[in-house]
Amino acid sequence: MRNALSVQNLVKRFGTFTAVNNVSFDVEDGKFFSILGPSGCGKTTLLRMIAGFYQQDEGTILFNGQDMEGVAPNKRPVNLVFQNLALFPMMNVHENVAFGLRRRGEKGAAVERKVKDMLERVGLPESGKKEVSQLSGGQKQRIAIARCLVLEPTVLLLDEPLGALDAKLREHMKVELKTLQAKVGTTFVYITHDQSEAMVMSDRVAVMNNGAFEQIGTPQELYHAPSSSFVAQFVGANNKLSVMLRRGEAGELLARYANGLDFRLAPACSEEATDEPFDLFVRPESMVINPPADDGRFNSLPVTVKAILFDGGNSRLLVSSEGTTDEFTVALPQTRQFDDIKVRDTIRVGWDPSASLCFRKSDWKLYDEE
Amino acid sequence: MKSKRIGFLFFFLPVALWLGLLIVLPHLELLRLSFTSTRESGFTLANYFAFFNEPIYWLTFVRTALYSILVTFIVMVVALPVAFYITKVAHVRVSGFLMVLVLVPFWVSELIRVYGWIILLRESGVLNNFLVSIGLFEKPIEMLYNDATMIMGLVYTSMLFMVVPVIGVMDALDDSLIEAAYDLGASKTAIWRTIIIPHCTPGMVSGGIIVFMLVLGSYLTPNLMGGKNSLWFTEQIYNQIILYFNWNQGAAFGFLLLLLSTLIIWLGLKVTGQSLKEVVK
Repeated sequence: MRNALSVQNLVKRFGTFTAVNNVSFDVEDGKFFSILGPSGCGKTTLLRMIAGFYQQDEGTILFNGQDMEGVAPNKRPVNLVFQNLALFPMMNVHENVAFGLRRRGEKGAAVERKVKDMLERVGLPESGKKEVSQLSGGQKQRIAIARCLVLEPTVLLLDEPLGALDAKLREHMKVELKTLQAKVGTTFVYITHDQSEAMVMSDRVAVMNNGAFEQIGTPQELYHAPSSSFVAQFVGANNKLSVMLRRGEAGELLARYANGLDFRLAPACSEEATDEPFDLFVRPESMVINPPADDGRFNSLPVTVKAILFDGGNSRLLVSSEGTTDEFTVALPQTRQFDDIKVRDTIRVGWDPSASLCFRKSDWKLYDEE
Repeated sequence: MKSKRIGFLFFFLPVALWLGLLIVLPHLELLRLSFTSTRESGFTLANYFAFFNEPIYWLTFVRTALYSILVTFIVMVVALPVAFYITKVAHVRVSGFLMVLVLVPFWVSELIRVYGWIILLRESGVLNNFLVSIGLFEKPIEMLYNDATMIMGLVYTSMLFMVVPVIGVMDALDDSLIEAAYDLGASKTAIWRTIIIPHCTPGMVSGGIIVFMLVLGSYLTPNLMGGKNSLWFTEQIYNQIILYFNWNQGAAFGFLLLLLSTLIIWLGLKVTGQSLKEVVK
């Protein structure tokens, strides 16, 4: 597979602030690639460099192997779906979609046919005569994408286009975008701060923080094997326990929690530094309520139930551990098995050591948490 | 109910008096004057016939109309990039300063500004002195009292009334529309043609109406900068009323000018597809 887009060692500075710091990645032709990061992490700057609105300070951007250095946005084989969609209010839907074709000098029946095909593809065949203001949020979305796709770009860039939609429609558009991408086969580069959008739609996701990529991988890799504390916390829900690492009597690595309990760690946790603060991550669904009596395989922690967060299949318990202020969420399977759990009950939660991850403690703040 | 009516009258009466006494009443009197004559008694169309029979009158009339349209057009062409620079290119703090720069000359009366131009352009003026001293001209030439100078003066004096409404609409233009057009392959001229100008049309038309009416009815600038070589129709009205003391003829000219400006503005709105309601909003 050839790379539709290849970005190498890209750097962008604004004064003394480095917005994008040495970012490299490749996107294979026809793939859905997402860049996930909190707001202010530099992802929009990166996107604007790829589109050509910013000039990079260092590094190269290649489309199908062609260097884009010095090529203006209107000459690049890439189109951008803007955050606010930026449909032209002075034109109707047909004129909006035909805009790019007309600018290329295409005329007459060819334009009519392409616009008609594209409107059919996005499921709005009858909307050509409509004014932009007559469209609903989801329809505007589709027209904004159609307007770009009709030009058959090498890469389609999308800058958080679902941000302005309400929650229900956003869920719907996620699936729709994914199927649309599969249907047209264009390479999508999608920017978002919503980890769920990135995970549902993407073939591969890059997690960005402070202008640099923390990890690139499939959604499954990011979820199950995050390479840093940031990724572990940003991708999917996670419980963080502050622990100190130390050696047990048999030489095995143990994590001592604030209340004096020791937890066993996964064999992969081979951090050598002991007596240093670490963060232990356990996903809510990895925590088991009232596990069978400690058979030496499970870690077990007594907790008090603070609240029951009922949300159908996504229900959770909010619990806190004795002697600490930490709060955790624990998946609450709706199998009626745990119906007798009440607020302020004391229960035990347990997890398989292999389901936990530990990273050296870091002090960043997750300021844009979903 | 009663207090409501009193409140309404309180605010409406000054407006009604203003319009009635200062605008409607004098116009009715002028209308009456234009259909009477000192030579004959009773109703007569003589004043209007005089206009059509004397080429100097209707030629000046046509000239005034055409030059007013030309000035309005030039003002639009100049104001668009100025407004674009102030709203989209300049830094926020700089744009405020630039706006002040546009406004400041209008704190000074039109008379002073026109005299400023005269000092610059007359035969013994600043520009002539400079051009002669660097050897570009052998002897000073008269730059005042021709059509080009007069048009430049009119463009200068009416500029503000186009820049302000155009800045208003241009400010409301979302930058991402310009970027989106650029991203979709539009060249700079195509962006102006397809995005910026269509978006700014209401502001340009409302500015255009103001500028056109101001220019058509202006007296000072054509008189001082155009002189005898570039007659303006307002000068004909002035001559009739003040010089020849022929109020009847002057009134007829005045109504012809009013008719002309109404007609051209109506045509302008029709051509640009704007409604008066939209434009004055």
